[in-house]
Amino acid sequence: MPTNFMPSTEEYFRILPELILTLAGVLIMFLEALRKEGQKSNAGGVTLATLVAALIAAVMAGGSPGPAFHDMVFVDGFGTFFRILVLVVGLLTVLSSQSYLERHDAQIGEYYGLLLFSLVGQSLLCVSNELMMVFIGIEISSIASYIMAGFLRDDKRNNESALKYFLLGSFATAFLLYGVAWIYGITGTTNIDGIRQALLNNLPAVPLPAVGAAAALMLVGFAFKVSAVPFQAWAPDVYQGAPAPVSAFMSAGPKAAAFAVFTRVFLTAFGPIANRWEPILWIVALATMIVGNFAALTQTNIKRMLAYSSIAHAGYVLVAIVAHSEAGTAAVMFYLASYAFMNVGAFAAIVDYSRRNEKFVNISDLAGLGQKQPFTASMMTIYMLSLIGVPLTAGFFGKFYIFKAALESDLIWLTVLGLLNSAVAAYYYLRILVVMWMHEPGEAAESAPEASFGVKAVLFGSALATLVLGILPSLVLDFANRSANIIK
Amino acid sequence: MDAILFFLFATITVICAINMVLQRHPISSALSLIGVMGSLAVLYLLLGGEFIAMAQLIVYSGAIMVLFLFVIMLLNSGAEPKRSRHKILLFLGAPLLVILLGVIGYFIQGQIPAQEMVKFGSWESGPGKPAFGSPQNVGMSLFTSYLLPFEITSVLILIAILGAIVLARKEID
Repeated sequence: MPTNFMPSTEEYFRILPELILTLAGVLIMFLEALRKEGQKSNAGGVTLATLVAALIAAVMAGGSPGPAFHDMVFVDGFGTFFRILVLVVGLLTVLSSQSYLERHDAQIGEYYGLLLFSLVGQSLLCVSNELMMVFIGIEISSIASYIMAGFLRDDKRNNESALKYFLLGSFATAFLLYGVAWIYGITGTTNIDGIRQALLNNLPAVPLPAVGAAAALMLVGFAFKVSAVPFQAWAPDVYQGAPAPVSAFMSAGPKAAAFAVFTRVFLTAFGPIANRWEPILWIVALATMIVGNFAALTQTNIKRMLAYSSIAHAGYVLVAIVAHSEAGTAAVMFYLASYAFMNVGAFAAIVDYSRRNEKFVNISDLAGLGQKQPFTASMMTIYMLSLIGVPLTAGFFGKFYIFKAALESDLIWLTVLGLLNSAVAAYYYLRILVVMWMHEPGEAAESAPEASFGVKAVLFGSALATLVLGILPSLVLDFANRSANIIK
Repeated sequence: MDAILFFLFATITVICAINMVLQRHPISSALSLIGVMGSLAVLYLLLGGEFIAMAQLIVYSGAIMVLFLFVIMLLNSGAEPKRSRHKILLFLGAPLLVILLGVIGYFIQGQIPAQEMVKFGSWESGPGKPAFGSPQNVGMSLFTSYLLPFEITSVLILIAILGAIVLARKEID
């Protein structure tokens, strides 16, 4: 028996955010069971308080980096960054969900319980240092998301979204697990650092096609989770069908966590065979950008357009992973942070505007929003400009750092093609601006209700973050640069 | 002896798996799946994984398959109607599948020396050292180095409970 098998206080401290989230999730289950018929649920408030507490815990845990629980998790700057990011996304989701649930008579606290449990999975993914943890983290995060996508049980689009996401998602996770089994068979370990060491030490003797097969299988799993081509087909249907706040959450939170673990596994564990996966990811990155941007051009539904735009943005992040350098890792971190704010904001703008059963979700329904609701329209304008990558917004610096890192790694063609792609993207984002500000108000804008307080707070907060990151990028970038070295 | 048992049960596994896909009545498919699970358990036992063999029998062949059968019977689903399949798919698909499996097999054969591929019986056992797949060893790993994944799995089960509550609730109509 190992001598020190009891976890120390310090180790508990390093997973404190997850402990807080789990306890609060269980607490909400109890509160809901005890709630009397007709009594208002206070799960939303509990969730907000929990997320703030978990954020503080994540910052504090980041202050004492190190391994915990037999190297199952390793708290470092990179993990802490993404932990904070997913918790902030969770916070924004809670704020934008309340009015939506109220409008659909679905104010049951289980929604927040699922959200908290989903965040447990994502938060663990960000710091996990072991493929078993990665697998369980992805399962927790995804299964909770599948249920949230189908939360309005009697809505057909919700059902379609949840079922497609569930079937394809389970299939993708199976690929990931098969890859884990292969790499365990080859190296005898599932620890991410351990795999790197094993591959480095025995590189000539290691059966390369077998390692390549393991990496390829895991790439399938991760590519699905980040909606990279050719595993992107689920994203438009799922984002379109799911409740708008859930789409906002799925396109930012689970995606950021999946990218965090994707980056960590490929740069650390599979770093020694980088020359094998870099060409494949090069093609995947380019294809993802092209498919996302060109498919988004012809969309009429805002949520579907944002889904394709989210595929395109996954392509930009993949460019930074292909760069395979510390600058690239820092660019991944910065980009996902800025993308989370502008995307959650864009989805939040239609949470209240779409009305009951999401009646008004077409781009043409936004006509005249600028006249009727200047606040929402201005905020939306900031997000769209940032998604294009206009200077003084977060999106500009995000793209700037990604392509800078790519150039430093001599990925000239990928940079050129990526820049051409972002020029194409400007068309469909600008179209929204034109419809909002230059068209006469239609039926949707005339009858538009005032956005609820929570949604307004999200709109304002995301726009503020987008501008701050665009004007003072060093606030985040300095931290990202310092923690970009993920190889221990 | 080990090799004979291995080939016997490996063949049963594959035949049951193919039969599961080919059967058109869900009950027959479920019963074939029990065959797959059962013979897989024997394969695990041959490799010295006593614990996982028993877990396979109790959890998969027992609990999960009973649930499967319950669901199939509750839904009262009959045989799937016969669909007209394109013959060309069968003509193209079957040889392609054989080629794919052949290539994968060839690669594995070429990469890993045959004598290292399969070891029957207990691994790494010795005096005072429990074997790799023994209940002692699994229990020790589960409650020491793999404590966190083990505990976190309970969150996964909680989500399943929550999901059942959410999807079966009455309020929304």
